Amino acid sequence: MRHHLILRVVTKLLAAPIMLFALYVQFHGDFSPGGGFQAGVIFAVAFILFGIVFGLDKVQQVFPTWIVHRLMALGALIYGGTGVVTMLLGKAYLDYSALAHHPEHGQHYGIFAVELGVGVTVSAVMISVYYAFAGRPPRISDEEW
Amino acid sequence: MASDATHAAMSLHDHLPLLQVVVPMLAAPVCGIIGSRRLSWPLAFAASLTASIISVFLLLDTLDGSIISYHIGGWAPPLGIEYRIDAANAFVLFLVSIISSVVLLYARTYVGEVISASKHVLFYACYLLCLSGLLGVAATGDAFNTFVFLEISSLSTYVLIALGAERDKRALTSAFDYLVMGTIGATFFVIGIGFLYMATGTLNMVDISERIADMPDNRTVRAAFAFIVVGMGLKVAIYPLHLWLPGAYTHAPSVVTAFLAATSTKVAVYVLLRFMFSVFQPGFVFETYTLEFIILPFAILAMFAASIVAAFQTNLKRLLAYSSIAQIGYMLLGISMISKTGLTATVIHLFNHGITKGTLFMAVGAYVLQTGNSFFDRLEGLGKSMPWTSAAFVVGGLSLIGVPGTAGFISKWVLVQAALEKGWWVVALLIVASSLLAVIYVWKAVEVLYMRELPEGSTHVEAPLSLLVPMWMLAIASIYFGIDTSLTLSAAQTAAENLFLGL
Amino acid sequence: MYDLEFIVGHLHYWLFIVLMMTGFYIVVSRGNLVKKIVGLNIFQTSVFMFYISMGKVDGGTAPIFPVDMKIDPATVYSNPVPHVLILTAIVVGVATTALGLALIVRIREDFGTIEEEEILKIKRKITAEENRDHGAGMGGSA
Repeated sequence: MRHHLILRVVTKLLAAPIMLFALYVQFHGDFSPGGGFQAGVIFAVAFILFGIVFGLDKVQQVFPTWIVHRLMALGALIYGGTGVVTMLLGKAYLDYSALAHHPEHGQHYGIFAVELGVGVTVSAVMISVYYAFAGRPPRISDEEW
Repeated sequence: MASDATHAAMSLHDHLPLLQVVVPMLAAPVCGIIGSRRLSWPLAFAASLTASIISVFLLLDTLDGSIISYHIGGWAPPLGIEYRIDAANAFVLFLVSIISSVVLLYARTYVGEVISASKHVLFYACYLLCLSGLLGVAATGDAFNTFVFLEISSLSTYVLIALGAERDKRALTSAFDYLVMGTIGATFFVIGIGFLYMATGTLNMVDISERIADMPDNRTVRAAFAFIVVGMGLKVAIYPLHLWLPGAYTHAPSVVTAFLAATSTKVAVYVLLRFMFSVFQPGFVFETYTLEFIILPFAILAMFAASIVAAFQTNLKRLLAYSSIAQIGYMLLGISMISKTGLTATVIHLFNHGITKGTLFMAVGAYVLQTGNSFFDRLEGLGKSMPWTSAAFVVGGLSLIGVPGTAGFISKWVLVQAALEKGWWVVALLIVASSLLAVIYVWKAVEVLYMRELPEGSTHVEAPLSLLVPMWMLAIASIYFGIDTSLTLSAAQTAAENLFLGL
Repeated sequence: MYDLEFIVGHLHYWLFIVLMMTGFYIVVSRGNLVKKIVGLNIFQTSVFMFYISMGKVDGGTAPIFPVDMKIDPATVYSNPVPHVLILTAIVVGVATTALGLALIVRIREDFGTIEEEEILKIKRKITAEENRDHGAGMGGSA
């Protein structure tokens, strides 16, 4: 792997801006195009790119499989939990206007929380799909295909 | 609850339609986060039990024919997503969540024995997702939401079936076949909903039905109807579209088969009913397009062809899978009669067949666990060494045939009544004749279990109590609902009346 | 009614049908399981396109309100609902594809092939063995 010098340098340079861009897309999602889905995929791309260039072991040192699996569930829980909170506040499930005194602010907070949940789940799922396929120990060598 | 809030706070009782779906749905990620093998079963069982209790409340609330509507996010229908519970939904919700709780009781031992320890958390998470998907399909009043929940339950079902690969690798190809066919079915369904949205500009089922009432000759609506019926037909396993079912049921772990056979096709039948009678009105479906002439022959074909195929199987599990296809024929027969009695027969058979097949597949699971597989030559003489399991099997078998005193008799009785009401003598005779075919295949199993000698040196012992108790709970239920029909019959009648009015 | 204008005016439907049938044909005719999944994807994509084309309003612009919320009543907006619906359907499609491919990986490991005919051959062999071992006494097929 030593010989892919340009790829390795470019990947190192790109990984951080990709994540930053993902965060930008994430947090601008509630008043411009963007949101959790797109941000989650972009965020995952940083890790997948890193994994492709440096190998699965290296990326799993940064982001172990068990954390990815927990994050998948956590994102779904953030989404569902937002609904439970609005329910406990006495409104319908996912009625964000319960979250603040002014309904408009409530909508703002609610969408923010829900999109955060979506983003966490989507990025974790994307990374875990990559791990699952890349990390499969090949029981049959490629030459036999 | 925020008691000091100035607005009228919703009480827990108001939230029941939603909690029915959300409790198992949120329990699944909690299962995943905890990731503990010991905690996942109690968590899954608690969630399923909560869902069952909620479904009882909902059923009691809707038995008088009233309709509960819940607006998600506070957005009123037709714009927002509405959960709409009437007697028909509540009955299906009741069936699904009760069966799920009983199957989970059974699953604790069975999963521990059959599925490797590293996959237990995954199993229970998928099971809960499947449950919440099925409950969501039944609870929602939004057409697109139906598709989403349908896919949640389908995707987790594929995983659950593939878990059977630890014993038989053919589970993988069965799951793959089901995935391809199920996805095609769901995509057809979503095309149908797209056409409906094009024609009406709304996704709320009530709203759709009001708007298409004015456009009976609209070709878009007709295309939508065709796509939805064929798409759901794949999920229901209507006779010529049943090819995924035998493989999937045979190779899945028995606990999964027991759950799926008792709930998943039943929920699909419910969706078919909901779309045929509530969204497209019966007049549109049957008078304009004379659908009964398509459904009726296929239903009768299913009753006979699948029963005959079942009688030639040497694997008990596969036999029961084919018998499921035949039983779906009875439900379709009830639909094709377009009468209140016919619909009652469909709804009540949905429930009775659910508990019957649940019993039978649980008994098969016990045989598989004790003897290794479910081929008839392995079952010889097991009536003596596994008396309780075999007795439960016989009870389920009798109910499958429709012997008086069992739940299966009630549904066939209502079905025959409906046929006679219409003056369809031949159909009534055919129902009885196909029941005789059921006698053949059930007898085949009983003969192997009781009339043959135990092989020399057989060491099989009775299944553990943790398998017998849930099995007998369903077996007793299939006797109880054959004697005391006040709950099932009145619920089915209210459901049929609501559906028939096109509510 | 069935004139040229009708046919050309519904051009996107024709494309949608072509794409759909292409996908469907691949699912039915190809023996390679990966190709089946590709076909399934094309099939689903055609439905996505169908929904998205449904949301188009002639002369409509993107349905985003200006920041100052001063909405010109003469502005025509496209219908955003089908897009949102299809976002959900795309996610479902991705999940189906991932699951299908995962199953193919497992099938490849257990059967040693992803060609349907060879898998069928192996399955037939297993069934024949089962018939020999279990079926003799019952006179049926397993």
